[in-house]
Amino acid sequence: MQIYLPIAELSVNAFVLLGMGGLIGMLSGMFGVGGGFLMTPLLIFIGIPPAVAVATGANQLVASSVSGVLGHLRRKTVDIKMGVVLSVGGAVGSVLGVWVFSLLRALGQVELLVSLCYVLFLGVVGGLMLNESVRALRRARAGGPAKPRKHHGWIHGLPLKMRFRVSKLYISAIPPFLVGVMVGLLAAIMGVGGGFIMVPAMIYLLGMPTAVVVGTSLFQIIFVTALTTLLHATQNQSVDAILALLLIFGGVIGAQVGAALGVRIRAEQLRILLALIVLAVCIKIALDLVLTPSELFSFGETR
Amino acid sequence: MSRFAALLLVLLALPAGAAEERVIAALSQKAVGITATFTGSQIFVFGAVERARLPDARDDALSVIVTISGPRRAKVVRKKERVFGVWINTESVEIDEAPSFYAVAASGPLYEVLSHTEDLRHRISIDRAMRVVGEAGEAADPLKFQEAAIRLSRSAGVYSEADDGVEIIGRTLFQTSIGLPSNLVEGDYEARVFLLRDRQVLDRFATTLEVRKVGLERFLYTLAHEQSLLYGLLSVLVALLAGWGASEAARLLRR
Repeated sequence: MQIYLPIAELSVNAFVLLGMGGLIGMLSGMFGVGGGFLMTPLLIFIGIPPAVAVATGANQLVASSVSGVLGHLRRKTVDIKMGVVLSVGGAVGSVLGVWVFSLLRALGQVELLVSLCYVLFLGVVGGLMLNESVRALRRARAGGPAKPRKHHGWIHGLPLKMRFRVSKLYISAIPPFLVGVMVGLLAAIMGVGGGFIMVPAMIYLLGMPTAVVVGTSLFQIIFVTALTTLLHATQNQSVDAILALLLIFGGVIGAQVGAALGVRIRAEQLRILLALIVLAVCIKIALDLVLTPSELFSFGETR
Repeated sequence: MSRFAALLLVLLALPAGAAEERVIAALSQKAVGITATFTGSQIFVFGAVERARLPDARDDALSVIVTISGPRRAKVVRKKERVFGVWINTESVEIDEAPSFYAVAASGPLYEVLSHTEDLRHRISIDRAMRVVGEAGEAADPLKFQEAAIRLSRSAGVYSEADDGVEIIGRTLFQTSIGLPSNLVEGDYEARVFLLRDRQVLDRFATTLEVRKVGLERFLYTLAHEQSLLYGLLSVLVALLAGWGASEAARLLRR
């Protein structure tokens, strides 16, 4: 069934969008990430203009992170205070990001920036994740004890200390704020929630307990993506409601299926699988940048 | 059938006594509404040659060209170049006026029925319909950019040329059908009909076709542009509710 998207101004097959939403929802349910890093490139691939893909992707992530965070709230695995500090940083980052996005859109370099961000962050995160999970898997086979995590000393020297009870931390508010800014910026530019950066940053930079990391990350992603959606809607008019609705509908169903599937696979194997998917997307985008394109010309935005 | 009834009406309406040959035409519809399930549309253009005498062998040399043109807009064409091993957009050329949609149908191969001078005057062929004025960009070779713009538009299905697309019936009537794709832009589309002999334009006829989003599409588009804050808030609210609903539904199912 073809459906006309009012903002993207083109007609696409509704079942393709539902399927995409479902597939990515399934991955996000399995791995506890939003899946924005897959959604935005896929939307661009099926012909949705990049600006619309980024803005609508953010809107869809609001739904999937709300659906995820409610479960964590019931299990009390959300550090709301930490989430608020991250969200304040996130708000600053999104405003900055949407502004940068508008600017680059006028310069015609938005594609390049989005691609470079993807290659860089997916490459680094995917590589680290793969390395870590392979090592964890080997350790588990050898039966040795897991190494204790190191805490960074310099973080404790910063002012503005706050007590985060749920995370059992007493640290300065500056590092979580900066992590928030970073993720907000990326969310606006890449159309992603930033969970794949947020989660490692919380564990390794802030030293938060793993149990509360996913819930808290989802909690702040709701605010960042909601704000990003609003900013893109008001500044670029690029949120497509019909596209978002189809993706959300497919996504929430997929997420439940994925969550059910995820319990059956071992955590390390799950992480290796996710790392491989992340790296595959990274390599695909990197190749597109480096290989000679079949068409050198393209239409750009008019100033 | 209504097409032929309308044709008959057109014929009956022919006033007598005109000295030269004239062309009159009509479209199968005055307006195209883009609904949520819009997948494109076919527009029939039909008409007749009006003349004071009876048609004879001279009229075998008549030809007809029909064009439909979407709203004109300025466009930017960018070219990628390899910089430090990465392909990035470098040069760009601004095309002052490019129709968002353009279709030409002729009763024969275009340049066999149309002279280049007439093409320049009436901007009939796709090359002429697009206007690049002066040194609009910093590019060394603006012509390449125009060619690229046409190539991109053709492959997107918004520019098309159909030699032999117009059928002339009995030296007097003609008809053609032009397909509008699903990725249409809103606006007033101009349909033009040219009557030619010996590659010279004898007469022309023009009418407009309104293309508008309707219903839900209209509502969402207007809301997004005129009440963008409200639209953004609604988008977020829908997402919040959908996320909450899914979580609740899953909980109920698990019980």
